This record gives sequence, structure tokens and C-alpha cells, in this order.
Amino acid sequence: MRREMLFSGFGGQGVILASVIVGRAAAVYEGLYAVQTQAYGPESRGGASKAEVVISDEPIDYPKALSPDCAVFFSQEAYDKYLGLVKEGGIAIVEKDLVPHRRPELEEKLRVYALPLTEIAEETTGLSLTMNILTVGLLTKLSEILTEESIEKAVLDAVPRGTEQLNLKALRKGFELGEKARKGEL
Amino acid sequence: MKYPFPVGRSDFIQGDEAIARAAILAGCRFYAGYPITPASEIFEAMALYMPLVDGVSIQMEDEIGSIATIIGASWAGAKAMTATSGPGFSLMQENLGYAVMTETPIVVVDVQRGGPSTGQPTLGAQGDVMQSIWGTHGDHSLIVLTPATVQEAFDMTIKAFNLAEKYRTPVVLLTDAEIAHMRERVYTPNPEDIEIIYRKLPANKEEARYPFGDIHGDMIPPMPVFGKGYRTYVTGLTHDEKGRPKTVDAEVHERLIRRIIDKLEKNKEDIVTYETFDLEDAEIAIISYGIVARSAIRAVRLLRREGIKAGLLKLNTIWPFDFDMIGNIAEQVRKIYVPEMNLGQLYHLVREGADGKAEVELIPKIGGEIHTPMDIIERIKRGV
Repeated sequence: MRREMLFSGFGGQGVILASVIVGRAAAVYEGLYAVQTQAYGPESRGGASKAEVVISDEPIDYPKALSPDCAVFFSQEAYDKYLGLVKEGGIAIVEKDLVPHRRPELEEKLRVYALPLTEIAEETTGLSLTMNILTVGLLTKLSEILTEESIEKAVLDAVPRGTEQLNLKALRKGFELGEKARKGEL
Repeated sequence: MKYPFPVGRSDFIQGDEAIARAAILAGCRFYAGYPITPASEIFEAMALYMPLVDGVSIQMEDEIGSIATIIGASWAGAKAMTATSGPGFSLMQENLGYAVMTETPIVVVDVQRGGPSTGQPTLGAQGDVMQSIWGTHGDHSLIVLTPATVQEAFDMTIKAFNLAEKYRTPVVLLTDAEIAHMRERVYTPNPEDIEIIYRKLPANKEEARYPFGDIHGDMIPPMPVFGKGYRTYVTGLTHDEKGRPKTVDAEVHERLIRRIIDKLEKNKEDIVTYETFDLEDAEIAIISYGIVARSAIRAVRLLRREGIKAGLLKLNTIWPFDFDMIGNIAEQVRKIYVPEMNLGQLYHLVREGADGKAEVELIPKIGGEIHTPMDIIERIKRGV
């Protein structure tokens, strides 16, 4: 079992933190092998940001994603650059409001979930920046590799003290959306 | 002893963080450094942890000062480390030779990035291979280790300290930006389960008189702690068994330099480690090290599925170099491929080891991306 995930957007959206949480849940709380890698420009905010997680039940040789099974797109630039890499039949989660120009000819080969994630996060927690954690929840439900319990523990390890409840709220909203999406109720 | 990080269980951490934690578990209590991408996280972790384990972490004015300081700390009895990347590693070369000449146990981490000069600070490379071995001047030897995973970065840091202490030598941990910033599962053993080696101290006052003498016949002189025992020199000049400069005596020079080289060369079996994958019946061998070895493992698996008998030798130590082992592989296989994130460095050592018994082909890649398995496979298929 080798599963590859890609997280992309711009700096400041929590792209890398989202990938670290997923990797940590797999490696520390599920006893799986996981590798998280990242690429970003010298800017801490605003530049393009990409992270990858490879999860496997055996030691991971090549550490990068070759064709991701699941991918998250938080910006138009990221979408344009990486959507074509996603494996046929793979999952693509798109921040609808930040990706106005879509490519139906590529999307039709994928399971695409396009939602106004930032807006939903703001409605749920009052803070738009919990969007990354909400997306982790959604991804967890859709990808079916990790349990809710592991992800919750990894979120609590990773987020700043004092923001735990806020982030758990965002995460659980993500679970709820994922559950609906799986049932085709979204 | 309470450690400021989890022990006896797994964590999900970056390569740099793993190196810092392992150093502390290996007994390192003195760190000096100067910040540089992609090695800065080692320094950050040391600055955080050292005060909590009664150690010292100090920022020096530059990398020359950093390595000079850890050499001094080592003579004062501490296990000491510094970490840097290409530009800083270049500055350290003179004092790396001083550590060789004075037989000072230190660990120098070089987190390789694209060079020369300031090059590509955030991207991985393997361009410092020859520099790590031959960067300092004069006849010498030292030990160079090459991890390929975050767990190996952890394990080899402990090994680096053990080898430095055992053989009274500088050890270079040669890693790269990919492993430095990659997060992976790392198992940190309980401290009591980790084998830790400490340097040999003079057993008595008589032994303390010969800090550079082969008084035990094992080529490794016991190392006194500064301020204890007899007055002596610690000098980069050619010196006799007592440490006194003897700069025009050919015999003294030859005895000293040959012993410094032989103490590593003649203990190769203990120092050099490697792993093999499907090499037993291979007709094509890949010889690789560091992060690229991971692409090579996958390449071997995929080639085998297509019926191509490929195998891998993954080197964990690139100096001392086991030329004979390469010679044996060259006798067995038709061709040897050396994928490296440079334009050909270890390749030259492999060619020397193969000595014409098999063709050796370089698979170079520069620019910051690691070889994909397909990069390696395509090149090999072209030759089949």
C-alpha cells in the first residue's frame, strides 16, 4: 500500500502544516511509514507553497509523490501547475473561491470536491485561517487511510496552545463535509 | 537524566531535528555554529535543548570560529559538534585539517545544498563529496558518513560520535537539504539501549606524557583532558609522540601521518558500512549513497519486475573507501551505474575500484531535484 498526497497553495495558508499533521497521524498514531516533504520560495507568505506526503505500510524508498492519489488545491497557480499530476480516479479537493478558472477536461477523470473552504471555515470557527485544518478533516474522510482519532491527536500536537478547541471544531466540520461528500449529499 | 524530547518511542521529525536529538543522546554537550540554510534547524534545536541538558550552544562569528571552538571544547573533554552547509563547510576546511592533525574527536555536519558559492540554498545536492574527503590540504584521512533517511540521520549521528571518540578523528556527517527538511518517522531508543563510546583517557601519569604516541599498539593514543596531566603542545605542526613540534624530521612526519591514515584504513572493516539490495545475482549494479539511494532501490525493484537483473550497493560510509569491494562487484556484473546529484564525484572512486573490470557509467543530475526512479531506469535500459 503506497498512497501519495499533494497539498498546494500559497504561503500563509497552512499548506505545510496540513501535510505535517497528516504525516504525523500516519507515522506516530497509525504505526505506518510516512514521509513529508515540502517546497516553497524564500517568502514566508504569498509565495507558492507545495507539500507532499507519502504513506505506506512498508519502508518508503523514493520519498516524493510520483502521481498523487489525493491532492488539495488552495490557489489558481497551484491548480494550474499540479492538477494534471493527479492519478486517474484520484481525489482533488479545490478551494472553489480561490480557483476561478477550472479545467473540466482534466477534472472529469478525477473525483473533484470543489467547495468554498475558506468561507465554510470562517462560518464554522470565525477564523478563515482554520481552512487548512477543515480541509484535513475533509481529506481524512475522503481518502480513508487514517482514522479520525489519529488525525485529532496529530492536530492537537501541531496547533498552537489555546487554539485546540477552535481547530478541533474546524476538523470536525471537515469530517462532516467528508461524510456527506461520500454519501453524495454535498 | 531527563531529555527535552521524547525517548523510547517514535516521533515525526525533520532530518535536522533528528541530528540534534541524536547528538545529545550520544553525549554531545557543546555545539558551536553559524546559521545557514538548510542546516539552521540543527542550531535552533541545539540552542533550545543544550541549556536543558547542562550543555552549551554558542553562535560564533563565522564557520571558522565554529569549528575552532568545537576543537577547543573537545580538548577540554566535551563531545562537540558543528553543522553547516557548502559555503560554511568551505570555510571550515583549514581547521578540519587541524582536527585531523591534532587527532581531535569532533563531528561536523555538512547539509549539502546546490553550489558552488551560495548557489541554491533551499535545494538538495551531493556536490560536496570530494570536498568532504579531500577539502583540507595535505595527506590525511577522516571518516565520512552518508545517511539516506531521517532515521539514518539519527542513527549515523550517534555512530559519528562513537567513531570520532573511538578513533580520535573528525567525522563528517554528509547529508543534504532533502533529508534535512524531510519529516519521517524516527524511533528514538531509550538512552540505556544506545551504545555510547567515550574516548580513551590516559590510564596514568606515564601514559599522559604521550598524547600522540602509539603506546597501546592500536595506533590510537589516549587523549588527555586539557588542564590535567602534563604540559604539552596541541599543534598543527608536525609533532612527536609528546606533542613537541618536529618540523624538519622526515621520519617523525612519516610516522605521524602514516599512523593517522592507518588507524582508519586498517580498521575499515569496523568503520565502513553498506547495504545491498538484490546484488547477489545482479548483472547490473547501481552504486549509490544518501538520498539518491532511495530512488535507486525503487529503480532496482521496477527493473527486476521487467526481468532485468539489477542490484544495488548503498554506501553508508564513503570514506574510508572500500576499493576492493567495488572491485569484487565489478568482476561479477557487466556494468555499474553511479547516480549522483552532481556531475561526477563518487563516480571517480567507483571507477578506480572497478579498475576496468566493468564499465562504469555516471547518471548525473544537478539543479535541486533528486533523481526519480525513472531517471535511473531509462538510463539503464538504454544500455541493455
